[in-house]
Amino acid sequence: MSIINNINKVFDHRIRLGIMSILMVNEYADFNTLKELLGATDGNLASHTKALEKAEYITVEKQFIGRKPNTRYTTTKLGRIEFNKHIDALEKLINNQ
Amino acid sequence: MESKDYLKDLGEIKQLMNKSSRFISLSGLSGILAGFYAIIGAAVAYWLVISYSNGTLILDSKIFRLVLLDLILIAVLSIITAVILTTRKAKKHGEKIWDNTSKRLVINFLIPLLAGGFYILIILNQQKYGQTGALMLIFYGLALINASKYSIGNIRYLGIIEIILGLICALFPGYGFWLWVLGFGIMHIIYGTWMHFKYDNN
Repeated sequence: MSIINNINKVFDHRIRLGIMSILMVNEYADFNTLKELLGATDGNLASHTKALEKAEYITVEKQFIGRKPNTRYTTTKLGRIEFNKHIDALEKLINNQ
Repeated sequence: MESKDYLKDLGEIKQLMNKSSRFISLSGLSGILAGFYAIIGAAVAYWLVISYSNGTLILDSKIFRLVLLDLILIAVLSIITAVILTTRKAKKHGEKIWDNTSKRLVINFLIPLLAGGFYILIILNQQKYGQTGALMLIFYGLALINASKYSIGNIRYLGIIEIILGLICALFPGYGFWLWVLGFGIMHIIYGTWMHFKYDNN
């Protein structure tokens, strides 16, 4: 049962898993980069980043580049730990079958 | 969810991690051409030194400046070829040529390379030119290793080979010319061919 417990409900969506994957290997990513890489719509991506932010797995930083608003996302320490646990659990599930 | 979905998830995660952090559209063909430029350039330099300078190279002579120009031409031609062929390949893959991943790749490649380049120019000015070939190989190798984190990981091994050749070159400066040809010419052709067949055709 412990394996099942490590499957994190917060990550149980393609887009959320995608956001975390990108942020794990990059210092940060902005909204448009995520949108392009994931092929998601504005509203869809915004709702998923909000969910990850609420779980405190990512932090959001809003700033201006020139006059354009720019939103940057970064993983938190908690987010990295939980993501690694989730991946381990996925791998174990696959190997056990 | 079934295990098949999880497997797909993991595949997608890996793909996104690579795509978002590495620039993989490097063209193998440009490596092959860079190797040929290096060999032709080396042959020209060899011919210049043998026929007009009695086999020795005197600093500040006309021949020395011609050899330097020859080296610069090789570098410029190689860079232009790499940019053109890589742009073409990126377009074919529907990737942007100038995005975060390619910027990071270029910056991290240039840091060791420019540091080495300026260092070589400085010591050339101090009349110490015995180690030039070795230094070029070593700094180029370091630049490749630094860049490999942001591109096809395999160029790391080419970097290691260049550094080893550079160190051998430092030990036996008399063979500097041939080691330079081996490192910049033949190794580029071998590596470029391998990369071409592994990555260019799909």
